[in-house]
Amino acid sequence: MEANTRSTGRLPAAFLTPGSSSFMDFLSHHSPDMLPGKRSLPPLQGAIEAPHGTTIVAVTFPGGVVLAGDRRATMGNMIAQRDIEKVFPADEYSAVGIAGTAGLAVEMVKLFQLELEHFEKVEGAQLSLEGKANRLSTMIRSNLAMAMQGLAVVPLFAGWDVDRERGRIFSYDVTGGRSEELGYASTGSGSIFARGAMKKLYHEELTEQQATTLVIQALYDAADDDSATGGPDVARRIYPIVTVITEDGFRRLTDDESSEIARAILERRLSQPDGPRAALL
Amino acid sequence: MSTPFYVSPQQAMADRAEYARKGIARGRSLVVLQYADGIVFVGENPSRALHKFSEIYDRIGFAAAGKYNEYENLRIGGVRYADLRGYTYDRDDVTARGLANVYAQTLGTIFSSAAEKPYEVELVVAEVGATADGDQIYRLPHDGSIVDEHGSVAVGGSSEQISTYLDQRHRDGMSLAEALKLAVQALSRDTNGGEREIPAERLEVAVLDRTRPQQRKFKRIVGRQLARLLEADGAASTPTDAPSDTEEPDGGETATDTSADTAKPDAEPSGDDKE
Repeated sequence: MEANTRSTGRLPAAFLTPGSSSFMDFLSHHSPDMLPGKRSLPPLQGAIEAPHGTTIVAVTFPGGVVLAGDRRATMGNMIAQRDIEKVFPADEYSAVGIAGTAGLAVEMVKLFQLELEHFEKVEGAQLSLEGKANRLSTMIRSNLAMAMQGLAVVPLFAGWDVDRERGRIFSYDVTGGRSEELGYASTGSGSIFARGAMKKLYHEELTEQQATTLVIQALYDAADDDSATGGPDVARRIYPIVTVITEDGFRRLTDDESSEIARAILERRLSQPDGPRAALL
Repeated sequence: MSTPFYVSPQQAMADRAEYARKGIARGRSLVVLQYADGIVFVGENPSRALHKFSEIYDRIGFAAAGKYNEYENLRIGGVRYADLRGYTYDRDDVTARGLANVYAQTLGTIFSSAAEKPYEVELVVAEVGATADGDQIYRLPHDGSIVDEHGSVAVGGSSEQISTYLDQRHRDGMSLAEALKLAVQALSRDTNGGEREIPAERLEVAVLDRTRPQQRKFKRIVGRQLARLLEADGAASTPTDAPSDTEEPDGGETATDTSADTAKPDAEPSGDDKE
């Protein structure tokens, strides 16, 4: 049957077989070679050189969550790209930011978006936020073989939980291990510095405006100490990508909005290079 | 062992077509209309969960009359086809024409294969373009033929009557409220010429709205928005709530009659499957 279906132009049997609502499941049956994690790599010595994206940060506030990323991709000690995008909408109520191998990360995001959309179309309902987070976990786990060769992808997933009515953040490790973060989180090579900044600035009653400012402050601090993270590039008008997810859904700040915050921060840093200070006690 | 009776191919096909047509006629009809900002799908459906209309891809919608499990199967096949194609190439490479062709091949193969029972379904695949000229509506009867429609199309049991009614009254550039009301009027006409009331809660309405900022243009219209659109005619004298999608439905009333002739050239040649 399968053999002669193609000659007639008819949908192959796999398309009309009742099955799961997952696009990845369908793909793994129908054309497994198209899944990012299923590719077989030749045996390699050492790591492959490919552009890497670096710092992603996220902060929750009452009413939503903010996810932001810098714009730099590096290959070794070279800047491979100055305006790369590492933060993407996953669907209406969630977003994913990716640190790690850029090529694989972008492909993974594309498949993840499709996975959520496919489920929604087939079932007529969205996955729960927990379900989305678990799905991403599976995708990262399937990439483990490549991660072992230096092609790791480490995302940060943030979204508005429609059932619990609050913003939530999930972080991952290369093995697909998932953990929910409270308040704020970061991933990538500049994440240590970003986390330090957020730790001092974060509190539970942030407004949306304060939360978007906080993530850019944190990215500035990451860029300040990590060479692989890019700061706001005023000369080229390249500013961090900041996304906000609330009850109303996903929204990406316009370039004007994020440049305004970034410029205000730069202005303050001219007199206070280390940024806002927390009280000693 | 007795030899089977000889049945001529014509007779066999006619029998299969009649079987499929009878199955489709058992369900309720639905209509798909072009309006100023896109394409609207309207049908009578007492179920909240089992939809007749759904999203296939960014700009492509699907409507079906007939046997639920069969068109649901085709719908999911279409979603898989579209998603795989978009993933392999680009989102722009998924088109209603491509999808309609695949459906036509699938239905046609099933219809003419003696081993399978013909599908008792009639489908509409519609794609909203950047302008009304770019809109595409394809009607796919049970036998795998394909009809390129314009303006309005009805499928299901009493589709012939309904589409005649629509052809006379539909015109290009109707507002959503006008198109919706025309669709409801068409659907509420009985086979014997009488009229019956279809309450709003029994209506399933969805649109492909080209003005939607999102990439995905498909949207269901439910609850208050649906009620507001259906009442737009009565509220015409009080322009207090003036959202963009309820616009002067009154001027349209007279215009509908006068434009009946102008709408005629759009009336598509009827498909060959009609009796």
